[in-house]
Amino acid sequence: MMGYPERVLVTKIGFDGHDRGSRVVAAYLRDAGMEVIYTPPWQEIAAVVNLALQEDVDVVGVSSLATDHLILPELVGALREAGLHHVRVIVGGIIPQNEQPELISAGVSAVFNPGATSQEIVETVRRLAQEARIAREAAEIA
Amino acid sequence: MMTKFHDNADARNLQASFDDWNARYEREIGRDRAVVNRSGIEVRPLYTPLDWSEDRYADDLGMPGEPPYTRGIYNTMHRGRTWTQRQLIGLGTPQDYNQRVRMLLQQGATAISLLPCNSGFRGIDCDESPIPLLGTCGTVVNTVDHMDAALDGVPIDRISTAMNDPTPFTLFAFLLGVAKRRGVPFDKITGTANQSDYISHYVANHMFYRLSQPGARRVFVDHVKFCREHVPNWNPVSVVGQHMQQAGATPAETMGLTLSTAIQYAEDCINAGMDPDNILRRFTFFFDISISFFEEVAKFRAGRRIWARIARDRFGAKDPRSWRFKFHGQTSGVDLTQQQPLNNIARVTAQAIAGIFGGLQSMHTDGFDEALACPTEASARIAVATQNILREEAHLCDVIDPLGGSYYVEALTNEMEEKILEVMDVIEKAGGMYKAVDAGIVQRMIGKSALAYQNRIESGAEKVVGVNCYQAEAEVQEVETYRPDRAAMEAQVAEFRAFKAARDKRAVSAALDDLARAANGSENVYEKVVDAALVGVTHGEIIACLRRELGFGHPQMVA
Repeated sequence: MMGYPERVLVTKIGFDGHDRGSRVVAAYLRDAGMEVIYTPPWQEIAAVVNLALQEDVDVVGVSSLATDHLILPELVGALREAGLHHVRVIVGGIIPQNEQPELISAGVSAVFNPGATSQEIVETVRRLAQEARIAREAAEIA
Repeated sequence: MMTKFHDNADARNLQASFDDWNARYEREIGRDRAVVNRSGIEVRPLYTPLDWSEDRYADDLGMPGEPPYTRGIYNTMHRGRTWTQRQLIGLGTPQDYNQRVRMLLQQGATAISLLPCNSGFRGIDCDESPIPLLGTCGTVVNTVDHMDAALDGVPIDRISTAMNDPTPFTLFAFLLGVAKRRGVPFDKITGTANQSDYISHYVANHMFYRLSQPGARRVFVDHVKFCREHVPNWNPVSVVGQHMQQAGATPAETMGLTLSTAIQYAEDCINAGMDPDNILRRFTFFFDISISFFEEVAKFRAGRRIWARIARDRFGAKDPRSWRFKFHGQTSGVDLTQQQPLNNIARVTAQAIAGIFGGLQSMHTDGFDEALACPTEASARIAVATQNILREEAHLCDVIDPLGGSYYVEALTNEMEEKILEVMDVIEKAGGMYKAVDAGIVQRMIGKSALAYQNRIESGAEKVVGVNCYQAEAEVQEVETYRPDRAAMEAQVAEFRAFKAARDKRAVSAALDDLARAANGSENVYEKVVDAALVGVTHGEIIACLRRELGFGHPQMVA
């Protein structure tokens, strides 16, 4: 059981400014009862890591329309370097299928393609948030 | 003898015969479903002269080339000259772009466009950007040299050019630099600054260099003034409804917000001392064409009519050229699906027909793979061929405004006009577009509609083939995605660094000082942007200077 609502950071990294996707997903997560921290586009990777740390989030959700997913491995690496091994990273948007395996092997937990439903997204975020909390507890005990 | 079906011409008989039909319809169909278009207008199963009659033909329609231009802004429309085939392109290095643009011109494109690399939108040059993100969605153009390479062999005195070039219009400054080098007089430069609409960037797609809003407003007005004085055949204003519709605004909201934005820009220019007839004939518009077919046709016809009246009655423009609502249409990428991507060719075709029947002047058709990545050469060819097929084989240009006089299309045009005017009224009451944006009204409207539309897809009220119906069992996506060559990009960056090191540093810093002084004074800022570009000042340096002097702009986030 989750003791308090899932905390999710919804953001965009890189250069693109189109935020229709991130706004709509943030609204769905909020309506599902989660606590959503929302940023404008163009976040620097260091800024996302800082925010994830300060806001104590379980999941970082990145929206990508115009190839910004190509620098996601950098974000996952930076989160881990900051000690946020438990934080789960997901991405949604225009992510060509042939580039998805690379993201998964870099540590991205889920990729949502256009056409994903709000239910799929909410369920996945819920599951990953739970995983994140278990992982954090395990790390704290160890 | 021929049977006469309609001898009951008077309205009472018509009403009676409609009622009879309606009773039969209801009996057969049982419980009818409500059909509501994207703009929220209920669409009925049948339209008759009860919904639209020819009595108002002269006032509401007129002939093509006659105000209010509902049937088209030119006398001859597509029968005389079809639309400009302008594919939006931007990819890789300037050399990659040049190769693609030459191919498209050879395939039948009649004008060119240039989209800059997204790093440019961050306001930085290629040497400050992560290599993996360079050139994936636009071409790296940071200097006059880059522009010269991109347009190598392209006759800029004969081909019309459009630049995705937000305030402060650095790409246009680079184009003028190329013109100077090639000895092309500025009055031979034709085309459109097709992303000059800083308000739409601020509220919708956020693809701008993040100058503060007051700063962007100032540079915008100076740019219009500069172009009217020095580049007379260039359209410095393109009001972009596309951004708002792509961000979620309904077609009617989009048209309303776009026209309200155009009013704001016209007022700003007029307040700066420009003559309405001098500027309004150089106003152009840029729209999304969604797959909501008749709604799009009606959107364009209604928009044309409203703008003609605004230009003439509100701004007092006397020259008919100032009343004409010239627009570029781009088939909507939002309607395209990642699932079964080849289906997008059919979608683009339907969208393109709506644009043609809507009376556009210039068109871009999307590649079928645009829901996956930047188009490949193969998909770009199909996109151009789609336009050629519709024009040459389907004969869509034989008759002007072929849907004009359709009871449905005319009634819908009237209803769309009403909806559009309602939106414009909201903006007017807020004190105009600039203030409405400051108050978050526009952003809220767009966000609300985006969510409502997504809910319609999720509930199945809006069907999307391959997404919420007719899904294929296993999705195999065998589409090649475009990615620039990283080694070529690294070489490009190295060359750029060498260029910067070899420049006349004194000239560069003097030009930047001039630019800063103009930004703080009353000289034309844009004149100084052009001067700076000519001595080798880069995109990133111009943006950095103006952000420092005019303020950095964060788009306001509105829940």
